[in-house]
Amino acid sequence: MLGNLLTNYEDVAAVILFVIGMGNLLLQSNLVKKIIGLDIMDSAVYLFLASKGYIEGGASPIYVDGIMDASYYINPIPAGLVLTGIVVSVSVSALMMALTICLYREYHTLNLDEIMLKLGKEEM
Amino acid sequence: MSKPNPNYKGSAWDKFTRWAKGTYDPADGKLESTPPKDRLSPGERAERMLREYDQSRFEEGVAKEIGAFQIISRIFFVLMAVFMVVVLLYTVSFLPAFGDPNSPVNNEVSQRYIEQGLEETGAVNIVTGMILDYRAFDTFGESCVLFVAMCCVTILLRADKKNEIRLRVREEHEMLEYEPQEDNILQQAARILVPLIVIFGIYVVLNGHISPGGGFSGGAIIGTGLILHLTAFGVGRTRRFMNERVIKTLTVCALTFYCFAKSYSFYTGANHLESIITTGTPGAILSAGLIVYLNICVGIVVACTMYSFYILFRRGAI
Amino acid sequence: MTLVQNFPFFCIILSMFSAIISFPMNHRWAMRVHLIMVTVVLALSLCVLGYTASTGESYTFMMGHFPAPWGNEIRIGVLEALMAVFFSLIMLLSVLGGLAHIGRELKNSRKNLFFILLDLLMSSLLALIYTNDLFTAYVFIEINTISACGLIMIKKEGRTYVSALRYMVMSLVGSSLFLIALTLLYTITGQLLMTPAKEALAELVAAGEYEVPILVIISLVTVGLGIKSGLYPFHTWIPDAYGYTTPSASAILSSLVSKGYLFLLIKIFYRVLDFEFVVSSQVVNLLFMLGILGMIMGSWLAIKTQNIRRMAAFSSVAQIGYIYMGIGLGTTAGVVAALFHIISHGAMKSLLFISISGLSEVSDDKSDFESLKGAGFRNKLAGVAYTVGAMSMIGMPLLTGFISKYLFASAATTALQGKMVIAWIALAISTILNTVYFMGSVLTIYHSVPAEQRKPHGMMPSRVESVGTVGLIALNVGLGVAATPVIQAIQTGLAIFG
Repeated sequence: MLGNLLTNYEDVAAVILFVIGMGNLLLQSNLVKKIIGLDIMDSAVYLFLASKGYIEGGASPIYVDGIMDASYYINPIPAGLVLTGIVVSVSVSALMMALTICLYREYHTLNLDEIMLKLGKEEM
Repeated sequence: MSKPNPNYKGSAWDKFTRWAKGTYDPADGKLESTPPKDRLSPGERAERMLREYDQSRFEEGVAKEIGAFQIISRIFFVLMAVFMVVVLLYTVSFLPAFGDPNSPVNNEVSQRYIEQGLEETGAVNIVTGMILDYRAFDTFGESCVLFVAMCCVTILLRADKKNEIRLRVREEHEMLEYEPQEDNILQQAARILVPLIVIFGIYVVLNGHISPGGGFSGGAIIGTGLILHLTAFGVGRTRRFMNERVIKTLTVCALTFYCFAKSYSFYTGANHLESIITTGTPGAILSAGLIVYLNICVGIVVACTMYSFYILFRRGAI
Repeated sequence: MTLVQNFPFFCIILSMFSAIISFPMNHRWAMRVHLIMVTVVLALSLCVLGYTASTGESYTFMMGHFPAPWGNEIRIGVLEALMAVFFSLIMLLSVLGGLAHIGRELKNSRKNLFFILLDLLMSSLLALIYTNDLFTAYVFIEINTISACGLIMIKKEGRTYVSALRYMVMSLVGSSLFLIALTLLYTITGQLLMTPAKEALAELVAAGEYEVPILVIISLVTVGLGIKSGLYPFHTWIPDAYGYTTPSASAILSSLVSKGYLFLLIKIFYRVLDFEFVVSSQVVNLLFMLGILGMIMGSWLAIKTQNIRRMAAFSSVAQIGYIYMGIGLGTTAGVVAALFHIISHGAMKSLLFISISGLSEVSDDKSDFESLKGAGFRNKLAGVAYTVGAMSMIGMPLLTGFISKYLFASAATTALQGKMVIAWIALAISTILNTVYFMGSVLTIYHSVPAEQRKPHGMMPSRVESVGTVGLIALNVGLGVAATPVIQAIQTGLAIFG
């Protein structure tokens, strides 16, 4: 029943962190906490992806001593994908923080519920 | 109890007890970092009071109007989250074991990257060879992600109304009062550290195809050096060599070069033409075909983006 | 390899390059570069469409020197070329139609950034259409998301910040789910390109291995892209995002951005997961149900709102429901109808948003129904355009909306008995609701008002805007009158899609 659940402890950690991050991103009304949740969520996905490349006892994928044997190194693909993903998440976090600053300047609060109330009042 | 000694307040013993309690700061009033004085005009003060009053009213409103709905949606979301954790954990239990050399991931794809990567790309660092040669289109897209994020942050934070600039200036003024100006220790440290950091960043960029590192990590390091320079010496001195025109020119040149270089290699590759790019001697700085130049481009873009993020967040103009 | 086969690659690189060179330019040049770029992309895509239609085959184009499982690839067939043609055409007409608004509503310093965002949006849409690589798809999904967020908040008002924030939150959850699905797929197949991944997956399915992960992959891809395209219970960001930004941006967001994700979803269903397997996994039934819910609830919410732009935005929720319902039918005819509706809704909704901006312009820039009374008399072209768009939405014959509804209704007969009945009932209810709110709004804009209120108060549209509006009207009528070649192209494209 448990299958590989215990050997895949990295995946287990990643999954739990992912849901924690997503919950914070969706549920927190404080914008800064939302961004923290976003970062946790993204990092969890990259942990999940990065752990796929690991091979027991493998070396990092940089040629040493002219060894060109595939079984000597770990899998380079997830490393490259995570590198790409990290840049994406940096850009997204910067954008979210900039939005937060703009919202704070406009409404003098970081609480999204309050902002929504003020918006509703503006419309009336 | 005896009356308090009128000379007690301000005496050494009083200072000591207060210091022990943590309510007394011996450097109070002696350093540059004085807290800002309340320099609001009566109108502004009234406005602020009104805002604070409004604030408390809003909080009551939030409590009343959102309370019930929020509780229900929260319970729903928590249940959803638990459901998701269970489903994903159940999925994970079927996946190949962690670190298993025989998992489906280690197939002919990664095998070719490792076994023929040096021959085909000339890069000693297999990951660099993979992201800048085998899967270069992804990486070009990724540089464009940084570029579009820089554009969006510029839209959001660049001050373009007059009153906005005034607001920003006041904010910065308040910020500077907290911030030590012309801090000698910081400046001396920066004088030593900034060149080292920047040189280290350039090293990481240039050796991206030989050792760990590459355009992204090296560019981030150079960006950090620039940010340290800005923090230590202020905007005026950093802007002498890092102003809007320089950043724009660097970014555009780097991305244009990247675009043309990769277009050439995509075009020749797809049309099965002979490419003039050779891989060179593995391990040398000028080897691995285009990879080293692409790393430089990526490094420039990342450094400019990091620096402009920081300065846009700080003062709303590059 | 002939020169024409290179054109899709040229289109993608050209749109990215024009974004890069627009960065130091002023807004006039950035606008010119953008318009020239979209026109060139349109012309090149037409050539590709002609070429692929004449050969009747698809081909792959290596992005670099390395073949399929190692290097990036794009794949070009009739369907991809057709989508590229319509996406660039709608983009061009929407920008032309809203050009004067862009000039007035945005600060000069931000205008060139607006066009850069549009360029990058175009490149990401083209890349999503053509890509044969799942990770490239993820990267360009992110470009699409960030530039769409930029388009939402380009006006820099408090309300648009909030809508951009909500859009970002939902979208990021969607792309994270997509990335997890991608990782799971990579874990069990070891492939990132669509063709080898499909082969590996077919072997696993035949051997009966990894049943649970495959099912989870299908659901996560569906939910992730569903959130991003505004499937019904995840639609909450739509009305704010489409309702408050500048008209061109609204038109492009509702008619292109969400459609890019929908096309990618169909592409993944066909080219990675195998549509028959998706159908047998029952995920389509979920899509069918959510699509039906979206059709009805979207229309219901549109009836209740008092603001014409929000009404059009809620109607997008309903129309996206139609597309998901078509996919959810689980038959080829259903997917053909969905693909046709992707194009047809793009044409209708961009026309509506552009004409709404023309109407509110002559009504003191207000968009509530009370101020819009008699707006059709004040701005005749926008009034006619809105009427055409609304009629098309309701499903009047000779307009493109009718063809969509006809295709959905006839596709329902190919599905299971129960689904057919439900789909027909939902189509009927949704059409009635559509009629209620669209006819209501048409009657409002032609509400009889005293003569002095028939004169425009506010700005009149410029000639460029009229060109855009007339072009969109022509597109709606043209798709309605001569739909057969488009449907045939979709059918041939879908046949060689797998």
